[in-house]
Amino acid sequence: MTKCNRLIDAGRRQFLRGGMMATAGAAVTTLAGTQEAKAQAALARVDYPASRLGNIGELTENEPLDVSYPDDDSPGVLLKLGHAVEGGAGPDGDIVGFSVLCPHKGWYLGYNADDRTFNCPGHYSRFDAEAGGQQVWGHATSNLPQFNLRVDDDGEIYAEGVDELIFGRLSNTL
Amino acid sequence: MAYKRHIDRLPIIPADAKVQNAVCHYCIVGCGYKAYTWPINRQGGTDPSQNVFGVDLSEQQPQDTEAWYAPSMYNIVKQDGRDVQLVIKPDVNCVVNSGLGSVRGARMAENHPSTVTGTQGHRLTDPLTWRYGSYQQTSWEDAFDLVARVTARVVMDGSEDDLIVSMFDHGGSGGGYENTWGTGKLYFESMKVKNVRIHNRPAYNSEVHATRDMGVGELNNAYEDAELTDTLVAWGCNPLECQTNYFLNHWVPNLQGMTSDKKAELLPDEPQEPAKIIFIDPRRNVSVNAAEQAAGPDNVLHLPINSGTDLALANAIFTHIVEQGWHDQDFIDAHTLREAAEHPAEFPAKGASDAYPGLLTSFEDAVEANRMSLEEAAEICGVPADDIRKAAEWMAEPKEGGARRRMMIGYEKGIIWGNDNYRTNGAIVNISLATRNIGQLGGGCVRMGGHQEGYFRPSEGHVGRPAAYVDQLIIDGKGGVHHIWACNHYRTTLNATEFKRIYNHRTNMVKEAMDSVAGQGRDALVDAIVGAIAEGGLFAVNVDIIQNEMGSQAHVVLPAAQQGEMNLTSMNGERRMRLAEKYMDPPGHAMPDCLIAAGIARHMERVLSETGNSDYAANFQGYDWKNEEDAFRDGYQSAHPDVTYERLRAMGTNGFQEPPQGLDGETIIGTDRLYKDGKFSTDDGLARFMAGPWRGLVTPGKQEESESYTFLINNGRSNLNWQNWFLDQENEFVTDRWPYPFIEMNPEDMAENSIEPGDLVEIFNGNGATQAIAYPTETATRGETFMLFGSPRGTQGNIVSKGVNELVIPVYKQTWADIRKIADVPEAARHISFKSKEFRF
Ligand code: SF4
Ligand code: FES
Repeated sequence: MTKCNRLIDAGRRQFLRGGMMATAGAAVTTLAGTQEAKAQAALARVDYPASRLGNIGELTENEPLDVSYPDDDSPGVLLKLGHAVEGGAGPDGDIVGFSVLCPHKGWYLGYNADDRTFNCPGHYSRFDAEAGGQQVWGHATSNLPQFNLRVDDDGEIYAEGVDELIFGRLSNTL
Repeated sequence: MAYKRHIDRLPIIPADAKVQNAVCHYCIVGCGYKAYTWPINRQGGTDPSQNVFGVDLSEQQPQDTEAWYAPSMYNIVKQDGRDVQLVIKPDVNCVVNSGLGSVRGARMAENHPSTVTGTQGHRLTDPLTWRYGSYQQTSWEDAFDLVARVTARVVMDGSEDDLIVSMFDHGGSGGGYENTWGTGKLYFESMKVKNVRIHNRPAYNSEVHATRDMGVGELNNAYEDAELTDTLVAWGCNPLECQTNYFLNHWVPNLQGMTSDKKAELLPDEPQEPAKIIFIDPRRNVSVNAAEQAAGPDNVLHLPINSGTDLALANAIFTHIVEQGWHDQDFIDAHTLREAAEHPAEFPAKGASDAYPGLLTSFEDAVEANRMSLEEAAEICGVPADDIRKAAEWMAEPKEGGARRRMMIGYEKGIIWGNDNYRTNGAIVNISLATRNIGQLGGGCVRMGGHQEGYFRPSEGHVGRPAAYVDQLIIDGKGGVHHIWACNHYRTTLNATEFKRIYNHRTNMVKEAMDSVAGQGRDALVDAIVGAIAEGGLFAVNVDIIQNEMGSQAHVVLPAAQQGEMNLTSMNGERRMRLAEKYMDPPGHAMPDCLIAAGIARHMERVLSETGNSDYAANFQGYDWKNEEDAFRDGYQSAHPDVTYERLRAMGTNGFQEPPQGLDGETIIGTDRLYKDGKFSTDDGLARFMAGPWRGLVTPGKQEESESYTFLINNGRSNLNWQNWFLDQENEFVTDRWPYPFIEMNPEDMAENSIEPGDLVEIFNGNGATQAIAYPTETATRGETFMLFGSPRGTQGNIVSKGVNELVIPVYKQTWADIRKIADVPEAARHISFKSKEFRF
């Protein structure tokens, strides 16, 4: 595969400069109950696994919890916003989940708790966690992929779908 | 909820897909893309052998991978009459963008028309004529016949001055060498039309007369210079939003110190550091923030000057540089005019004539005339004198050991659409010339640009200078026929409120006349139209890819093809010429503009012959073009025989930098930088300096307007949408984010006027009124706003006065108005984000 080494070098450098390890970058997440996704060629849409991503009890308002969905190679976060938003799950309608790979060129997004946006050190794009991942400003040609969440009576949070194509895969389930 | 496509899988490009060169036509940068097409009934697979990338697509691909494309890069289109799958994705091997796409270019595929996916269903497929009181599809022959009959009659009864033409002069879609030649040959060779204007301004003129008069062509450097320079200057421009991948791929790496190896290799004999950057802009735009992230705030200097005071600033910087002795006297002695020009009678208030509002002269004369102290400039510009001094130091103070500081200036609409364009443009070039920053590695004093370029036309000398103020002619009732090529004055002209009112009236007169003779045949129709024109009506022919507001007033609408639907050559901001190949069919019967021009010419010849004007008819010969390549051969290639489609195709997305210098085998040799030899574009090869002291807000009416209204309505583009939104108005991703144009306002100004985020506000002054949604912006200066330009749902031009400068260049940027709330957040905007546009980590 030919890659643009120059951009990758720029990325590494910026990575260090930006000190982005502190935020949402970690892709390693333990998943409970994840089913293996299988491509369903006969279906118009891919068949998503219903994966347990965590429990409400683990969430602190405005602190992203690292998760992966639909599989280990697709990092994301769960976020409790503290107020209901469209597409929000849970008893308060305030829990959201997003992919954290920037849909521009796949850099890891960082979460800015001050204004509740995901920010990309790649090329300065930002997405609004409170507006369905709408790109506030940036280069991506889609808004941030959001997970369809369901919360059961025990507070268990399940993801059951994604509403945009995740960066780096031509099928959301591999 | 934000717009989501709910696409979770895309067809894989098969290994044997057809691959063609594409160049993004949405901005001057001209990023390289590749267009992949393959049959509708096939797809590639995840196995490396089954896809064009040769990688295992059953695995997650890494950051920056070439082996991914977004849903916006995919579509199903027609190719040779058959449905095919299409992916257009950035080309990693193009030196312009190295695989980067932008939010505009990466939607090229989605912004093509598709009968299968339903995208861009508003594209015109057939000629339309006003018939039975509405627009009806008709044949090309029928449409051409009506255009030719009315045009020929009006021109023969009166003169060619009764034909008004609005036409593109740029590259990319709705332009390019093929189409500027086709239209240029028709109006400047077959005819000598002088009431002509360009797509974004009310006259046929240069936006940068001054730099050209000084002998310095405005696109004089290479994008690589931004990687090599010591100091970048963004003067009245916002490169992250308007020249996105030029900034990201060539400026940012230098700000980050990523280009040190290249600097060490190419410029080994001088100390090197990461570049510093200066922004001169009343507004803190997002480029400033991005530069601070890339370079650290200490290496970024933003001068938020009072709107329209750039000339005072430039003259003060020039003065300081010369006083410090940081200019290059040897260069000045060898390569610039050494005798002062005679001072015209009214100098310095005026130049020799309206055609020359400043004086082209020697270095010393310019220094003397332009002398401005840092303190005086600080007072005028509203920024500290120390910051102006710092700007001068960053631009020209020699580096450690005495090496000359390399500095490149990029300027654009803040200067071009601003106060005293001619002198200001000249004053900026003065700085670069005096410091020998033209024709040098890491130098350049360049327009940042809007569209790509692609201008090849017969001489426009007959148009005159200053050129006719065409919009005003129309408002004054002049002209009988109006031919329009990819222009939408309704969104992109000044004094638009009045223009639209008159234009509607005059074109409606003709519509009514046409309605009155329904069914009576062609002769009666032409007579009725000509009769209405005699009463003050205007017959309009609109050539475009969509039915826009101009088309909705026209009497004949002709459907054009866009890039990708024809072969098209253009050059970018470093004069890099490429052939963007045809990878799909135009919708329906749409044709390339050059062939439409040829059709009009052929019918003019026929109609004129039939009416006994055979001498004049003969002017319209020479349009036997079967395709766009024929137009290219007839035009550009006739002057540059080495530049053929075949060679360009082989040279891919990197092409060559104009002008061509000959061949190396089948490779066209280009020109990386202009003026490397110190010979400038004047008769004697010597560059001129500009004497043009500061003279306040010179555009008639602007000073009074600034004193009469509360808010500066600065205006310009946003990253997301292209110019007048011609395709983006039908792109849901775009309209979801900007259902209305935004106006950035300081939150305290909003509170004082009881305006909440997203409220619909009216912006009004003596010129007219328009609307926008309020976007709270903490960094906005109190009393200063920024409104998105060219929107279908609120035209900023409505409130821009008719005042132009001496050379009939509009002054959109200096507009003042009052603001009041009209309505609470409209439904279409309820879901949108009102957070800061600035990246914050
Ligand atoms: S930067 Fe300009 S040329 Fe490049 S992809 Fe974006 S719009 Fe197109
Ligand atoms: S990867 Fe480019 S902005 Fe995120």
